[in-house]
Amino acid sequence: MSRRPYVRKVERSWWLAHPRYVAYMVREITSLFIVLYCALLVVGLVRLAQGPAAWEGFVAAVSSPVNVVFQLGCLAFATYHSVTWFAVTPKAMPLVLKGERVPSKTIVAAHYVAWAAVSLVVLVAVGN
Amino acid sequence: MSQTITIEVLRYRPETDAEPFFQTYTVPHLEDGVVLDALNYVKDHIDPTLSYRWSCHMAVCGSCGMMINGEPKLSCHAFLRDYGGRVIRVEPLDHFPIERDLVIVMESFIDKLSSVKPYVIPKAEKPIEQGEYLQTPLQLMAFKQYTQCINCLLCYAACPQIALNDDFVGPAALALAHRYNLDSRDGGKGERADVVASNQGIWECTFVGACSEVCPKHVDPAAAIQQTKISASLDWFKARLLPGAN
Amino acid sequence: MTASNKPLLWVPFAAGGLVAALIVPVLILITGVLVPLGLVHGPHDRMAAFAHNPVGKLILFAVVALPAWHGAHRLRMTAQDLGFGGIVIKGACYGSAAVIIATAAVALLAV
Repeated sequence: MSRRPYVRKVERSWWLAHPRYVAYMVREITSLFIVLYCALLVVGLVRLAQGPAAWEGFVAAVSSPVNVVFQLGCLAFATYHSVTWFAVTPKAMPLVLKGERVPSKTIVAAHYVAWAAVSLVVLVAVGN
Repeated sequence: MSQTITIEVLRYRPETDAEPFFQTYTVPHLEDGVVLDALNYVKDHIDPTLSYRWSCHMAVCGSCGMMINGEPKLSCHAFLRDYGGRVIRVEPLDHFPIERDLVIVMESFIDKLSSVKPYVIPKAEKPIEQGEYLQTPLQLMAFKQYTQCINCLLCYAACPQIALNDDFVGPAALALAHRYNLDSRDGGKGERADVVASNQGIWECTFVGACSEVCPKHVDPAAAIQQTKISASLDWFKARLLPGAN
Repeated sequence: MTASNKPLLWVPFAAGGLVAALIVPVLILITGVLVPLGLVHGPHDRMAAFAHNPVGKLILFAVVALPAWHGAHRLRMTAQDLGFGGIVIKGACYGSAAVIIATAAVALLAV
């Protein structure tokens, strides 16, 4: 009897076949918005280097309705990145304290605390 | 609950079929039955030509992995009552060539498994006279979950990177490598790195996490791979920044 | 097969992921909500003073460069997932990151 294994084709749309993979794609696409926002930040750095007039121009541009909508979109995706990043971090860094494995929830919670702390520090620094 | 269950099975007989096709069977519904029971009923009473792998019927041997309604599952672990009386679609595990009916060609996995040297490579020669290795509960805890793999291949069926790249070493093989790398008796991480830390090893993984979601033994291969990425990165920088240090 | 040089790409990717997760949302809150609402305003002299300080330079550089690298690498892997894996995609992804990172460095050195 001869063998004739059948190889099933993988479609380019493979990720649409199951909610699990759709969620993965959404998670990955957050990276696009992170890059776009970094581009915005770097424009800010350039304007900062170019002097007060250029800087004020940047502040005004960043406040335009189009830019605000764009940034709100970035904020949604960036937040989703943070949430998903913290959720998987315990898998990459198993911790053992006093002979017991530190529960994943604790590691995740610690990241949220760090997130809040960093955000607070930045807000206070900028607000003053 | 309905008295019968309808299952739709992907058939493929290389000697007669140009392509796979679905065949529908109606079997009696069994109260605590699993999909494997339905397949056994088909083979025993309706169609003896149906081919599939199975053995223990209790989710420890890893033989009966299949796609059930698009989800990689052990057919002995998929309860008929969970499908709400609707048609159950049974197909061979994704991402493997189909040998016949529900039987897949798994030679590529066997090769990948052996390529990661899944055995203790002792740190140093230890003659019998020196006695046995001692291991504390803590040392065992470090790697125990990664010993639980039953080679059922559900993780390979779930992994999109396996779908896109046949050469990816894959979750189970990398989890097993991690099991040995973490074993206090083992000193073989460097030897395994040629495969484990190669481009076809851990670096093909994009942490989709589907492997760990479908694993019936909670091995968590995704965790094993991410930990190995960190370990391999540290080794990479150590080798270049501190040459001569072990 | 041999051990890969991927760690060179991956370590900044991982660091960038953490930095992005911890800092980017609050930054967007500031530039995208608080500044437009007029609740926060960074006058040029204060911002420039911070960027003038070598520690400030380092912080600003890390906050822009690491997430940019993270995003670029991840975009390249995602493009590959979608079947677009050629040299053009790789060039576009890492090239954009390189432009962002280089521009940030030049700008920060010029402040």
